[in-house]
Amino acid sequence: MEYFNEMEVVFDSRSENEGFARVAVAAFMTQMDPVLEEVADVKTAVSEAVTNSIIHGYEGRTSGKITVWCGIEKDRKTILVTVKDQGVGIENVEQAMEPLYTTRPDMDRSGMGFAFMEAFMDEVQVESVPGKGTTVWMKKTTGGEKKEAVWTTQSH
Amino acid sequence: MQYQIKENCLTIFLPAEVDHHNAEEIKREADKVIEEQHIKYVIFDFGRTNFMDSSGIGVIMGRYRHIFLLGGEVWAIHTSERMRQILNMSGVTKIIQIYEEGMM
Repeated sequence: MEYFNEMEVVFDSRSENEGFARVAVAAFMTQMDPVLEEVADVKTAVSEAVTNSIIHGYEGRTSGKITVWCGIEKDRKTILVTVKDQGVGIENVEQAMEPLYTTRPDMDRSGMGFAFMEAFMDEVQVESVPGKGTTVWMKKTTGGEKKEAVWTTQSH
Repeated sequence: MQYQIKENCLTIFLPAEVDHHNAEEIKREADKVIEEQHIKYVIFDFGRTNFMDSSGIGVIMGRYRHIFLLGGEVWAIHTSERMRQILNMSGVTKIIQIYEEGMM
């Protein structure tokens, strides 16, 4: 797949970089001429994925590397984002993606990370190999019909 | 964390961005104040907040768990449309009250 424009940033698994990652993606997105809400949606999804890598993938270790890649398709309306770590991986991806499921209730994690990614992006895919790492793949098309957020925790 | 205490009510003035990074500090400091000052009501003031992810939901749920046994309540005030969307989507509005201007 050829893209109109691509970018990649690699940074340490420090919580300081959660803000950096979402602002970097938001800045890259501006060339798509998105509305504010679309930028906020992608920022939230990126924040969730990066936070997962830091807390769960690297279990708080700051020496890990996280790679965020973005590609804007030729129509300049669709953005793909991947967030990749070489952390511990996820044994059961389906379970991890269930709303309210968390392995860290002790940390007051809400278990809503993947649910937020799915709510704010058009597509979310997760690939994980235990012991090798996790890649979250997300897609969003801007400028289309507004999708009403009908998703609630009750529906699951 | 910026906050204000009036009797048994703690108002937390949330920062511009609530993510996992700054949620940790808010949780730590809020819990200390809740315990030491016998807080029963916690108000999250979103007046300055333009970004919050699910880490912020965790902050709210966690503080709720601390005070609900005491018959306490959690409120959110000065919420933007975006923040109300996040709060509603997460389902947290089933346990907290959102105060909207002109509601009372």
